[in-house]
Amino acid sequence: MKLSYFPGCSLGSTAKEYDKSARIACQALGVELVELKDWVCCGATSAHSTNHLLSIALPSRNVALAQEAGMDLAIPCSACYSRVKKADHVLRHDGELRKEIESIVDFKYNGKINVVSLLEALVSQVGVEAIAKKVQKPLKGLKVVCFYGCLLVRPPEVTNFDNTENPMSMDNIVKALGAETIQWSYKTDCCGANLGLTSTKVVQGMVNRLIEAAKEVEAMAIVTACPLCQSNLEMRRQERGTELPTFFFTELIGLALGLPDAKKWFNLHLINPNPLLQSLSLAD
Amino acid sequence: MSFIDADKRKFFNEVKEKSRQPIELCYQCQKCASGCIATGFADYYPNEIIRLVQLGQKERVLNSSSIWICSSCETCGARCPNGINTAEVMDALKEMAIAAGMVKEKNINLFHNTFLNSVRSHGRVHETSMMVIYKIKSGDLFSDMDVGLEMFRKGKLPLFPHRIKARGKIKDIFNKTAH
Repeated sequence: MKLSYFPGCSLGSTAKEYDKSARIACQALGVELVELKDWVCCGATSAHSTNHLLSIALPSRNVALAQEAGMDLAIPCSACYSRVKKADHVLRHDGELRKEIESIVDFKYNGKINVVSLLEALVSQVGVEAIAKKVQKPLKGLKVVCFYGCLLVRPPEVTNFDNTENPMSMDNIVKALGAETIQWSYKTDCCGANLGLTSTKVVQGMVNRLIEAAKEVEAMAIVTACPLCQSNLEMRRQERGTELPTFFFTELIGLALGLPDAKKWFNLHLINPNPLLQSLSLAD
Repeated sequence: MSFIDADKRKFFNEVKEKSRQPIELCYQCQKCASGCIATGFADYYPNEIIRLVQLGQKERVLNSSSIWICSSCETCGARCPNGINTAEVMDALKEMAIAAGMVKEKNINLFHNTFLNSVRSHGRVHETSMMVIYKIKSGDLFSDMDVGLEMFRKGKLPLFPHRIKARGKIKDIFNKTAH
């Protein structure tokens, strides 16, 4: 099966390992990701905080490109997904604004393609059972908490995916890989998002609360599906040792499927996950 | 909502229209504040912002930190029993604060402008130069140096931007949506 793929700006820099692991894991699962040609930044928080019309128009350009490519659009970054999904929601349901956006972006919306997060794409297109069947090296002994963050399941009327207060899709995938997921009450809290650079203390407060909560339930690591969450959770904590590394869920898929590149991804982390994986005999 | 003061009415109506949210329906259940992760770091709870808007308190609302510290995590809107998406209200208020020249959190707005300038130039954000420009303009030069260098060493901060082909199209979108 083929999907258009929109990596987003972070996956070319601070979240390189998410991009690499997403592409390789999908290939191993029989999903062909075709990168959207000449995609444009989604506008992120900066557009929707300062200019509503721009915040719909920029991601609509990507909807237009995906329409041309003719395949559903899968987006790994939760923040990009949220912006493109919202634009698609407006184009689909708000006739007046659609006309304005069509004229600004110079295209005709047909509503034929769906915008999905990469997590949703894997759950719905591949399925948890099929992922479980491909596991070569079960992640036995690895106890994690899944951190969905804000934007994969909110606002529910736009995302229309999983349970808003207690999502389970990432948990189910991680369990299919042989790891154990621990339930905690912070699954859909916020990591502080783009305030990392401007209001560091705020983000430190938010992140430390999450790290403490993960320690409280005796998690060994955190699993996420968002580059902002991953970098904030690793960068903005009180002390950066080797405790509680933060994985992208695609990296764990790669590791459990026995894909040789996994080692390279882990070397890119700020919190080195290798000691933990070695202690569980999951890495050399 | 009924107002004696025309300016207060004008402000309330403007926020309602811009945010497209039924602000008048809020009855202060405080479900939004209970789940708000930013409350400990700002000057008003989300329900207080909504109440102040209902009361037409333009200066207090537009001059607040809360509208900028809100990270748009959407928890409040997902839980509101009256279907008010407060994150949308916060966005409308930020736009209005910029237009009124009342930006309390100047660095956050500076970050947004720096980010969007990078997108306007290249079609995508070039994180490396964007961060350097932000640091110079904000005067916050030395924080995160260690982690920045580590990222650079790991090849996570590319020196050169990727420039998309359709840059003209992107500039066009920026121009057509300019205030």
